[in-house]
Amino acid sequence: MSDTARRERFEQTVLPHLDAAYNLARWLTRNDQDAQDVTQEACLRAFRFFDRYQGGSARAWLLTIVRNTCYTWLHKNRHPDSTEFDEEIHSSEVSSGTDPEVQALTAADKETVNHALEDLPDVFREALVLREMEGMSYREIADVTSVSLGTVMSRLARARTRLRQSLTVELSRGF
Amino acid sequence: MSCDLTQRFVPGYVDGELDLVRTIEMERHLADCPACAEKLESEREVRALLRRSSLAYAAPAVLRDRIRSSLRASSVAIEVQGVGIKWPSLRAWQWAGAVAVLTLFSLSGWQLTARLRAPASDRQIAAEVLSSHVRSLEADHLMDVVSTDQHTVKPWFDAKLDFSPPVEDLASDGFPLVGGRLDYLDGREVAALIYQRRNHFINVFVWPTPTGPDSTQSIESRQGYNIVRWSSDGFQCWAVSDIAASDLAGFVRLLENYNPSEPNQK
Repeated sequence: MSDTARRERFEQTVLPHLDAAYNLARWLTRNDQDAQDVTQEACLRAFRFFDRYQGGSARAWLLTIVRNTCYTWLHKNRHPDSTEFDEEIHSSEVSSGTDPEVQALTAADKETVNHALEDLPDVFREALVLREMEGMSYREIADVTSVSLGTVMSRLARARTRLRQSLTVELSRGF
Repeated sequence: MSCDLTQRFVPGYVDGELDLVRTIEMERHLADCPACAEKLESEREVRALLRRSSLAYAAPAVLRDRIRSSLRASSVAIEVQGVGIKWPSLRAWQWAGAVAVLTLFSLSGWQLTARLRAPASDRQIAAEVLSSHVRSLEADHLMDVVSTDQHTVKPWFDAKLDFSPPVEDLASDGFPLVGGRLDYLDGREVAALIYQRRNHFINVFVWPTPTGPDSTQSIESRQGYNIVRWSSDGFQCWAVSDIAASDLAGFVRLLENYNPSEPNQK
């Protein structure tokens, strides 16, 4: 395949998923400029490794590369106040039965939800982004994040519980 | 199904990811367990909230453009590197075809070749020059080689391009050379030289021009930027910056006068 043909095929196969790529990068870096840089770097990496793309979901393939690029970036640029995520610690925090505070979340506006989601640990945030914004199946999320189906499900459960908790706190503060 | 197990599977149930058997078991349990039903409602509510908040970000158009042009530049880089290897990969009949085509071209005269390879119009190039300049400032990718020393910048280009661009430092005239970069214009890889004028940057794009006599400066103003083009000694050159037109013209005159083979412009 000539280089031009290769590039054209890449542009047709992979670039339609640029919005998804940027969205994931935007939620993981939590910043527009960094997300743009990471997305561009990921796309060029994807182009370099395009021969390894075996067919299947081009979106999942691209998002896997975007995610890896993001984590490399986060590792280098992580703000000192944020701590590494520990699945054990976080799991004990949220697995304490059902949430006693049942408050309607209908009052939560976009900005509040946005903020609460940004505050979640990376692995919870990415699970929700892939599921709720990209509409990916558990299988696809498992592939992109290199974990088992069971882990995908439990991360989503914890992510939603934590999100609800922080929204409840946020909303009760507002009233 | 126990409460424990049911609650563990709630997300899968809400997301429609459970198999049929488990779904039926779940529904049976949920029908007579208010606690689990509440958990289910809570999960659904968060899910609905996230969906209706439409939180997804779309990729900015400028990012899309930037990625497209860097893909183009990188596939050219691959082609340039691969030139030596590619020739022998043609099969015999392809060679024969190539020779036939070449003969045809030379028979029908170079005019045809020239027309087929006609470079983009100056208008088009000016637009590309401007967007390259803007992109170089935005993308935090102004320079690939950072050096104020022309003897560092020039060999760097020589190693990366199939031509050797003239590189002059004009620091003594208030236009220090600050670095170089590879860029992509008019369908080919070009050298971009970056000069500084106080807090402003000037991008000078240089690439070989096939024919034609040296031409004098022509100045154009677009979107608050000034663009000067000229050609000299077999090179086509474009300078672009947000400095004043007269400053930029002065800068270009300095550059031209540095060229030893072009002592008299105009």
